[in-house]
Amino acid sequence: MNWALALPEIVLAACGLLILVIGVLRKSDSAQLCSMLTLGAFLVTGLLVLTRPGGIGYYGQFTVDSFAVLTKLLILIGAALSLMLSFDYNDRQGIARFEYPVLILFATVGMMGMVSASSLMTLYVALELQSLALYVLAAFARDELRSSEAGLKYFVLGALASGLLLYGISLVYGFSGTMDFGVLAHALGSPAQASAGLIVGVVFVIVGLAFKISAAPFHMWTPDVYEGSPTSVTVFLATAPKVAAMALLLRVMAEPFGHLLASWQLVIEVVSIASMVLGALAAIGQTNVKRLMAYSSIGHMGYALIGLAVGTPLGMRGVLVYLIVYIFMSAGTWACIIAMRRQGLAVEKIEDLSGLARTDPGLALAFAIFMFSMAGIPPLSGFFGKLYVFLAAVQSGLWTLAIIGVLTSVVGSYYYLRIVKVMYFDAPGPALDRRPSMLGFVAAVTGVFTLFFFLFPGPLVAAAGTAASALFG
Amino acid sequence: MVGTMPVGVGHFLVVSAILLVLGVFGIFLNRKNIIIIMMSIELILLAVNLNLVAFSGALGDLTGQVMAMFVLTVAAAEAAIGLAIVVVYFRNRGSIQVEDVNLMKG
Repeated sequence: MNWALALPEIVLAACGLLILVIGVLRKSDSAQLCSMLTLGAFLVTGLLVLTRPGGIGYYGQFTVDSFAVLTKLLILIGAALSLMLSFDYNDRQGIARFEYPVLILFATVGMMGMVSASSLMTLYVALELQSLALYVLAAFARDELRSSEAGLKYFVLGALASGLLLYGISLVYGFSGTMDFGVLAHALGSPAQASAGLIVGVVFVIVGLAFKISAAPFHMWTPDVYEGSPTSVTVFLATAPKVAAMALLLRVMAEPFGHLLASWQLVIEVVSIASMVLGALAAIGQTNVKRLMAYSSIGHMGYALIGLAVGTPLGMRGVLVYLIVYIFMSAGTWACIIAMRRQGLAVEKIEDLSGLARTDPGLALAFAIFMFSMAGIPPLSGFFGKLYVFLAAVQSGLWTLAIIGVLTSVVGSYYYLRIVKVMYFDAPGPALDRRPSMLGFVAAVTGVFTLFFFLFPGPLVAAAGTAASALFG
Repeated sequence: MVGTMPVGVGHFLVVSAILLVLGVFGIFLNRKNIIIIMMSIELILLAVNLNLVAFSGALGDLTGQVMAMFVLTVAAAEAAIGLAIVVVYFRNRGSIQVEDVNLMKG
């Protein structure tokens, strides 16, 4: 048994306990210090993830391959970016407590466990570690009704999804006799060996995980939770957990159930189409930016699911490229949204952005870049994310998915471009407050990535390709 | 033994399927109290545990029982966090009626 395989997770969890103690012992300014320490812990963990060798350990419960390494790095980047965005926001909202970075840290440990899971047991325990931390985070502004309502809704629907996922796991276990991904893949080598009970179990597992990535028709919680949670928490929800849950879905579908492609392909196709259509249509009428971004994220998950529905290494590569692109563009968009503050109060209506190009040209430019990228306009990075999944779909003959994808992104670009129009062509309102330098930094880094992705797509696409083929090893 | 029927894994599956359906309906049809929703969630997890233990016995494999232990532990943590969130919500809203959870349209 090679326990050192989980060294990054062990180090990160130990850091979490240590930071918790420091936070309790320090009376003043513990929030700032704990956030800095958490960032440091993410950095150390990231280095460990990069340098440690791979393999399978813990009696087949835990695996480290190039897929796990890539997604873990993405998760750490997403968590670190969202933590950076939270410093100033939490301070001004009066929720700068040291538990915040600690909860983010433990959620990140859970996510890293999720992408390394190689048995249904690890999958469930890691998923719950992540979810439990996220429920608390959503209700973190505990004196605010909206936040506690968001936490309540997230908890009830999240617990229901976990229950359905678990019921699916129990059926899969009962009808195949094992929870180990490798043994499952072997046992299900020919589709004839899949009983009806097993297929029902797989569908339950898909439903549970589709909830976690907020794909339609299991998206009901997303707009409310995104709107109600403190924006710093929403940033986190919109970046790292999306990557983790999508990566988990990829691994579960490709590794143990890869041979059952014919059975689950249609389910994923339907979920993908529903998400794309809902993401494009439901966002049109929104006036709240946070709610709009919630529907946008549902749509983006729909596009990413196209790659999974294809079910080939090429399709999985498309999903991974999409996730890489998405995490940067989403963190950047949220950096712009979190900067929306007027006379000390956070504002979140689209009309609050009117004329931003004249009052704050830098922020307006960054926001416009991210909106164009989300709409998928070349040569920004969002275009390449869509390109690789559509390419995989077309090469596998799934024309319906690709055509619906293109049509919905045309519809979707309406509401992205509306924000640009409001910023550049509407009469300017009162200026926004000066933004803290940390927001500018995050927006600049992610903006440069989004803008210049087309110059260096090669290494990242190659890394995604290697990671995807590790799933089919 | 006349007139008795051996209890097989199928019987356990039926009971746990009924518990699952009761739990899911308890969440969606319940228009009264959030505490009832928490009870329904526990019911779903218990259905799963029954399933796991029954399969474990039928297969002669311990994995299912180990999993059931994990599920029990996680269910306890989940109940604790859920109740904490309900308390926070009650302090802000002054009510835990399901129809009062309507600040945001969803």
